[in-house]
Parts: sequence; structure tokens; C-alpha cells
Amino acid sequence: MSDLPHVDLELDCRGRPCPLPVIALSRRIGEVEVRQVVAVVADDVAARYDVPAWCRMRGQESVGQDAADDGVPRYLVRRLS
Amino acid sequence: MTAALDQGYADPRRLHPPARTARLLLDNARQAVAETLGVRPDEVTFTATGTDAVHRGLLGLRRGRERVGPVIVSSAVEHSAIAHAAAWVPGEHVEVGVDAWGRVDQDAFVLAAGAPGVAVAALQSANHEVGTVQPVEAVAAALWGPEAGGVPLFVDARASMGRAPLPRGWDALAGSAHQWGGPAGVGVLLVRKGARWRNPFPGDDRIDERTSGFENVPAALAAAAALQAVVAEQQEVAERQHALIATIRAAVARIADIDVVGDPVDRLPHLLTFSCLYADGEALVDGLARRGFDVASGSACTASSLQPSRVLAAMGALTHGNVRLSLGRESDTAEVDALLSVLPDVVASARAGAGG
Repeated sequence: MSDLPHVDLELDCRGRPCPLPVIALSRRIGEVEVRQVVAVVADDVAARYDVPAWCRMRGQESVGQDAADDGVPRYLVRRLS
Repeated sequence: MTAALDQGYADPRRLHPPARTARLLLDNARQAVAETLGVRPDEVTFTATGTDAVHRGLLGLRRGRERVGPVIVSSAVEHSAIAHAAAWVPGEHVEVGVDAWGRVDQDAFVLAAGAPGVAVAALQSANHEVGTVQPVEAVAAALWGPEAGGVPLFVDARASMGRAPLPRGWDALAGSAHQWGGPAGVGVLLVRKGARWRNPFPGDDRIDERTSGFENVPAALAAAAALQAVVAEQQEVAERQHALIATIRAAVARIADIDVVGDPVDRLPHLLTFSCLYADGEALVDGLARRGFDVASGSACTASSLQPSRVLAAMGALTHGNVRLSLGRESDTAEVDALLSVLPDVVASARAGAGG
């Protein structure tokens, strides 16, 4: 976990079902600079697969997963373009 | 079929005349299935369902090798019937990963099957959700090689039986009649002559030791007749369906932000799966149903388990906004054109509805 990058923007998607976490990610990734990192905090079961799949389809980089302070999974995405 | 209902009602195990007639009809059904599939009649068992055939085939091979160990190896994209069967017995269930098209890593599969303590390996003939054909014959050959030393192979062929020839190399194999247009409630279990299969369930004093209870003779006959009919036109239907799916696949890929899933060429003829970014699977299913197209979905919101499809997850495919199309035997260009004319609007309104 210690080698995960610094998070520049965190999106709280707790309680929001798929596809809402990915929609939020797509709408707000433009708020960070290229090479910066967005974290999606989501308890929806599909986010674990759909955040990396979104990155593959949209040419962004999935850089891993950790957990928010309350234990909810947090998916990290680096903006590449 | 009507004659079978009139004459095949009796228990084929009894000795009175109606039972002898039923026995004759059941043997006819067994013979017809064996000839159609190119196997021996004594390798064919009718089971209560396709799922029952999977459980009996997999767990029976495992029981036959119990002295070697309890471990079951399978691909990560098998039907959930494999996972449920494996969870029901003690011992580890090792799942081997797949590539982006859903095809199992053949070398990793053989390596895992060759590990100490492995009783049986299971690999589907083709994937039931995305259509990708699995390398069953190559895996079967390798399992007899030095790395695996003859680990028996169970093949879940439910998705392909009737649509494509059976692969060779299995020790036991399962099919399901409703998948080829036969009645629900008839499964087919094939056990290769000489395979070490032991009943994993309580035994029953039947003619066929691999099943239990009173076979549904009229339904078995109907299943056999349907299989003969489907296999007789298999090649022609498969070629037509393969081309129609290729057309749909190309058109779907032109809609923005769609992940088309599964092997484009080496696949089941009638199936196409794709996922639409930013859309809800249920909204897509409902939108298509309102326009007269009944489709399935592997998205979590549409599943009784509320979990996304294990197949899509194992492939790294997008799991939300998922649609699975399956062509009927009668599907034609006009039906495909009608679908393609409404699909962009259905996707757009599902995306608008998701809102965010």
C-alpha cells in the first residue's frame, strides 16, 4: 500500500450503484492535471472491475486499489490524457 | 412425441408390458443421442437437468480419483454449476485465468492440473456468456502428457451441444436439452467407456447406475428428436448465424464507448456480448424488450446474486451496461437490421437515464 501514489482528487461514490461511480470518474477526471491521480471511493461491487475496464477503454491508467478510512474500497486512476 | 406420452408413461425398470415399452423407448432415445453425437449408447445417461449432468459428471470423475486427492481445477469462466459443485465437496478448487477474449491460459491450466492432489480438471467447450471456444482438445492431449499424467477431463458442453461438433478428449461431458431446443428437465451425461467414474451421490437400483429415479421417457425422446433435427442442419444454421453475429458485432463496435466481448472468430455461432459504458444493464434489457427484443445481461443489477458476471470479471471486461444477444434458429437479416436500427437509441436513452 505504501507505494501507491499521492491522491489529488477523491470522489465519494459511497452508496451509488453502477454505473454511477464510473460516470462520476469520467465527468471529473478533467479536474486534475495530466499525470495526477483521482481516487474513486465506491462500495458498489462492480466498481472493482469497471474502473480498470474504463481506464482500458478510455486510455487512462488504473494504478491500484486501497481503502478509505472507513474501509470502503478506493480505486486509483492516473490521468494520462 | 404424442405417441411417447401415450406409450412411454411407465417406469422403464419394471417388467410389465407398458414398462417394457417405456424401456424400449428410452433405449431408442439413448441410441439416437449416441448416434447423433458420435458416441456409444452405453456412454449416454439421461439426467434430471443439465446442471445435474454437470454435477454427476464432475463429481463422479473426482470420486473415481479420490485416492489421488480432492482438488478440482477449472477455468475461471466456467458456469457457476462447477463452482457450486466444487464448493459442495471438501478440497480446494483452483481456477485458472483467461485472456481478454475469455480463453483459458492453456499452459497454466495443464500446469495446475498436473499439481499433486488434483482429482479432476474441468473445461467448458465454449463459454456460455461470451461464446469463446476453449482449447479442449489441446488441453486433453496435454493432460495425458508427462506434465499432468492422465488427470481426467470433465467438459461442460451445454453451451455448444447441437450447435457445434463435440470436442474430443473428454472423460465425462454434460449437455442440456433445452439449450438445443429440446424440453427443459432433460440433461445428457456422457461418460467415456473405461473412464473411472464413481457415483458421487446416493446410489439407486436403476438400469443406468449413473442416474437416479424414474427417467422422464417422453421428454428424453423429445430431446433426442430435437437433437437429431438440430444437428442435421447444424452447419447451415451455424454459418448463417456466424455471419449475422459478425454483422451485429461490427455495427455495435461503431457505437461510442462499447466494449465488445469475446473472440470475434473462434466462437459459438449465435451469441454476442457487449457492455455499454455509462449505461445501466437493466435499462438496456428493458429498452430492448419494449421494442420486441428479449436479451440477457451479465450486469450486477440484473443478476439474482447482485454480483457482476464472473465471466466478465475474469476477463477484465466492463461489467455494467452488459447485453447478451442470442440468435434463434429463424433469426434473419431483417431481424438483425431491425435490432440495429433501434440499438443506438436504446443505448443513448439508457445513458441519459443513468444521469450520474
